[in-house]
Amino acid sequence: MIAGRLATIVTDRSFWRGVAAILVFLILWEIGARSKQWMAPEFFAPFKNILGMIGFKKDYLPWVGAIPAPSAVLASWIQVLGQKGYWQSWYMSFFRVMGGFIAAMIIGIPFGLVLAVSRITRWVAFPVFEVLRPIPPLAWVPASIIFWPTQELAITFITFLGAFYTIVINVLGGARSIDVRYFQAAQSMGSSRWDIFRRIILPGTLPSIVVGSAVGMGITWEVVVAAEMISGGGASGTIGSGGGLGFFIWNSYVGGSYEQIVVGMISIGIAGFASSGLLRWLGRYATPWLKAR
Amino acid sequence: MRPPASTSTRGHILIEDVVKIYDSGGAAVVAVDHCTLEIEPGEICMIVGPSGCGKTTLLNAIAGFHEITSGRIVMDGEVLCSTEMPKSNPGPDRIVVFQNGALFPWKSNLENVIFGPVMQGRLMRSEAIDKGRAMLADAGLSGVEHNYPGEMSSGVRRRVEIVRALMNNPKALLLDEPYRALDSLTKSVMHEALLEIYYKNKVTIFFITHDLEEAIFLGHRVVIMTTRPCKPKKMLTVDIPHPRDYSVLTSKRFRELIEETNDAVHEEALKAFQAGEKEG
Repeated sequence: MIAGRLATIVTDRSFWRGVAAILVFLILWEIGARSKQWMAPEFFAPFKNILGMIGFKKDYLPWVGAIPAPSAVLASWIQVLGQKGYWQSWYMSFFRVMGGFIAAMIIGIPFGLVLAVSRITRWVAFPVFEVLRPIPPLAWVPASIIFWPTQELAITFITFLGAFYTIVINVLGGARSIDVRYFQAAQSMGSSRWDIFRRIILPGTLPSIVVGSAVGMGITWEVVVAAEMISGGGASGTIGSGGGLGFFIWNSYVGGSYEQIVVGMISIGIAGFASSGLLRWLGRYATPWLKAR
Repeated sequence: MRPPASTSTRGHILIEDVVKIYDSGGAAVVAVDHCTLEIEPGEICMIVGPSGCGKTTLLNAIAGFHEITSGRIVMDGEVLCSTEMPKSNPGPDRIVVFQNGALFPWKSNLENVIFGPVMQGRLMRSEAIDKGRAMLADAGLSGVEHNYPGEMSSGVRRRVEIVRALMNNPKALLLDEPYRALDSLTKSVMHEALLEIYYKNKVTIFFITHDLEEAIFLGHRVVIMTTRPCKPKKMLTVDIPHPRDYSVLTSKRFRELIEETNDAVHEEALKAFQAGEKEG
């Protein structure tokens, strides 16, 4: 089955268009990285004053040549693939993302559902929730390092926050927007309150749970990397450089290995893409009726 | 004048002096004004009125979705709601088929159809499945069991929903402009399909529409409602014998009945238009 799907992807024209677009991008990057300067100095001379006003100096203009070329990145990547620390970074970040994300699902989905069905809970909990929600997860970093006994828990808590609010808001919104006619029809046909919860509210909210989880997963990867950078990679003291991909990037920057910075960045891109791909796949199986539209 | 005698003995609905006043935001709106109407067991009673005239309010009161302000509604001798107890409990004896359909999109057509009897604990799941398949086949819908409603045309969805309603063994079906969204060709096919299902399962049908031709084609009786507040303005017994089919539409008697009622309907539509009532 997977082989069949792979075959349809490979024969699909839009797949090859995507591959071509990425190749063109890599080629332009390679050319840009090998060139000495992005523009002839005499070309931007007339704009010197304006550029100076917003803080640019002639020799400080950003140019692609400052970034390592894709070929250099690839070489560095191949070298890094053999290192235990790189894989440990993957493992650490993945572990934190999954821990925070699954905790956010386990707490967020029931919480959103309770908010949706219980007016009293909405009165009590929703104002507090709405006050806390706009606080960016990263603003929680110092407080959470103080609060949690280990740095590992602190980072996982930050990633939890990243997914939690999105999941709750989606579940609440999804459950509240279920068409009233479904409730009326179910009630007419003799459903108890529990039946209505199980057979109407739960499946009716499922599409929103899937969407909320996918968005939450994206935020989780954004947050874990920053949290690792800020908190110095958590347990890095005990297991070498295995402080997560965020710490991997930061470490590469401090160590002056610019190729490795890009390796870390692309790794996170792949990790995020794979995670949300997995979620989308699971989501499709959980909501087969949406395919029908 | 009484509607034609029917073999059914259940599904007698008596609407007595029902008033419904919406009192939201200070300005009270009288939606239903001292409405009295008796529907015989097994009768197809067509309620005709312009959009927003308050006829859906009446249907919601019978179904138990909304409260009434005063009056009472009695079904087979049992008081559903009254001034003292303004809201009845929705139950499987009165099933609504909604304007835009309310099949559960996350359940297959068969799962939808067996929902009622299983919920009520009247049938074992396996029995319900057998009965559901038979009822679907009876309605010319074999083969759709394992599809989701979202995969079907709106005409098929509406027929599945009527089968789902009948699976509850109701005394009355309450249809709220079920064919409004359909094109006129599909609509005429749906009318014949509904009559066919009705001839096999004689239930009382309370059918709301704003389409006079639909009303006369289907109904034993047509009740034309005044626009807000809603109450019967004119009643018409359709003396075209059942079973009917599509050829009725071109018969002389059908045209005469349209002529007889057209003015009354048009007058109310004009009133509704001038009052600027919102569609729906």
